[in-house]
Amino acid sequence: MTAIVAETPVVTEVSVARGYRFELVKLLSQWRVRLLVVACWLAPAVFVAVVSRQASLPVDTLFGRWMHATGWAGPLVLLGFSGSWALPLLTSLVAGDVFASEDRLGTWRHLLVAVRSPRRIFVAKALASLTVILLLVVGLVVSSAISGIAVVGNRPLIGLDGHVLSASDAAGKVVLAWACALAPTLALAAIGLLGSVALGRSPMGLLLPALVALAMQIVQMLPVPVAVRLALPGYGFISWNGLFTGPAQLKPMLIGVVVSLAWAVAATALAYHLFVRRDFTNPAHDGSGRRAIVVGALPLAILFGITTLVVAPATGATGSGIEQDKVQRALATEFAHLYRLQTTQLNRPGVTEQQLQTSAACTKGGDQVAARGPGNDWRCVVSWHVPGVAAAGSAIYQLDINPVGRYVADGDGPKEVNGYFLVRTPAGDEPNPLWQFDGSVELLPSTP
Amino acid sequence: MDTPLAVRARGIRQCFGDVVALDGVELTVPAGQVHGLVGPNGAGKTTLLGLLLGLAVADSGTLEILGTPVGRALAVPEGVAGFVDGPGLYPSLTARQNLAALASLRGAPALGIDDVLEQVGLTDVADDRTRGFSLGMRQRLGLAAALLTKPRLLILDEPSNGLDPAGKHHVYGVLTRLAAEGTAVILSSHRMDDVEALCSEVTILSTGRVAFSGPLAELAGENDELGYRIVTSDPRAARTVAGGTAGVRIVDEHDVLVIAATVPVLDVLVKRLVQADIAVRELAPVVSPLEAAFLALTEPTDLEISR
Repeated sequence: MTAIVAETPVVTEVSVARGYRFELVKLLSQWRVRLLVVACWLAPAVFVAVVSRQASLPVDTLFGRWMHATGWAGPLVLLGFSGSWALPLLTSLVAGDVFASEDRLGTWRHLLVAVRSPRRIFVAKALASLTVILLLVVGLVVSSAISGIAVVGNRPLIGLDGHVLSASDAAGKVVLAWACALAPTLALAAIGLLGSVALGRSPMGLLLPALVALAMQIVQMLPVPVAVRLALPGYGFISWNGLFTGPAQLKPMLIGVVVSLAWAVAATALAYHLFVRRDFTNPAHDGSGRRAIVVGALPLAILFGITTLVVAPATGATGSGIEQDKVQRALATEFAHLYRLQTTQLNRPGVTEQQLQTSAACTKGGDQVAARGPGNDWRCVVSWHVPGVAAAGSAIYQLDINPVGRYVADGDGPKEVNGYFLVRTPAGDEPNPLWQFDGSVELLPSTP
Repeated sequence: MDTPLAVRARGIRQCFGDVVALDGVELTVPAGQVHGLVGPNGAGKTTLLGLLLGLAVADSGTLEILGTPVGRALAVPEGVAGFVDGPGLYPSLTARQNLAALASLRGAPALGIDDVLEQVGLTDVADDRTRGFSLGMRQRLGLAAALLTKPRLLILDEPSNGLDPAGKHHVYGVLTRLAAEGTAVILSSHRMDDVEALCSEVTILSTGRVAFSGPLAELAGENDELGYRIVTSDPRAARTVAGGTAGVRIVDEHDVLVIAATVPVLDVLVKRLVQADIAVRELAPVVSPLEAAFLALTEPTDLEISR
């Protein structure tokens, strides 16, 4: 004789906190993740220490030419490199594999029986991968900053418009710049989660954030309209440049952060949608195939379209955003700031920007083309007045402006101003700030 | 006295698209029973085990586990443990870390880890990463993980796969003890010797339907003719005795005598051999009764083949 058990056993739910801890243990036990943690906490320090002691500096990278001058240039050089390569790769290796690894190991059923909720599994995995990514990013910042300060020193930093930021101001802006870069990093991490869920154990899932980042970099290098540029989360890796001008170019930076966060939320929601609808009874599941592409990629493409349509009228941005008057204004302002810096270096009588009355007259392509848009054929004549001297000084600068508004100005003028690469200061020879310098043209019409 | 039921399934039907994986399956497993689930590949064993673990919910039918009706996926009550398609282990963790992480996930103290590792015979490799574990070791660790939860219903899919004799001894010992303590164990296996050694009842699935369910003794009907292999002290004389026994059909007669007979006829033959002063050194079925029944119940008939 048999009978049904009378008591009703209670189903104990596994909390997200426990699931998070479980996922974190699994992630941190992987040699690949451990290697990344060690690399992110040590490699930047070694890089900054080695580069800061070399005679030749990475002048192609923003702030690279100031690595001998201040320890705060190191974290910014690293941020420029990380936005292009390191952060997309880190998100690929962590978030891009966090779901696919369970497919590879065949552990989904085990995990589901233990946790009993795909929702909580998703949240725990997303939080754990986010934690590891944050740990890696913090490692990059802390390691490069400590190394820079220890090797070069806690000294003022020259901004992208030539003005001098005090050491404490530079420190705050370095932290803020990395915080801004977190937004596009989160967007790539979310795309990694989406790829990991949608494409299963396929290597494409793992590579997705890196591929998307590469595609967005390529778009940023093309002469596309500003609205398109700002509507991509990849712009968040560039927009922090605006923090280092005075006044700071906050509008493009905020747009970059908001767009990146919108992508992060959308991609995470899509990944969640696909994950909770997955059939876990099928052990041969290997991604959701065509449906995943439609459900995953299409909404993001629509988001991109909508963002472009919103950004264009909201900002009044048209064309490339690089126009003659903006270039002239940016160059004149920066020249004036750097002239003052050079004056201080050379112990000359003090002078203010107002006294200098600096102006710039720029043409592009020798007047053969309209003076707008990126290119290395910008030629500018900078003029200034020194108090007590009747004749105006002038120098010619060749500008190479890239599509995101960054430029390198290479000057030729009076030998006392920019005739030599080095200037002789009481403290010894130092790089001439007016010989060659980096700057930034704001792509949007105005800064609030 | 009433025996509580660990599993009560009625009319379970489960389809994957056009494929009917389970069709009207009935299963009754009382507490404290080791129940075998056998069937050819694609018979629906793993699907049924998945339903019992709560990985999916049946399209129709009723399922009660440990007295609780199960109406949706992942809603099986506490006390159900096990694995299908092999245990889920993380190769970057050691055996102990795998169990500790699982215990932590469930909010259980990690006190019993050493004990369950000892039960399955993995104490010596407790601190080795499971990346290098053999299939048998993985199976045993999977069993240990299930034991950590102190299950009242244990679901195991091919638990003896890859086990060496020592491993099999450990697993058999654990399952037998669990059953004695009141835990119901449902295991699927392709190895009939495992099922015969461990299970008191068996369910045979064929193309998603129950072909047989009940005690093993009922499966091997006394009046069914089976093949037996008989080793004696005098094979020639034994052949003569067997040939003269009504109901015995001689299949092979070289050094080892192979006959076909029912159990009562076999009894008569053994008596006559002994009376003829022939020592019976070995007597064993050529194919185990369970395997014979399995083949008879699951192999397609000539009629089905001709269709």
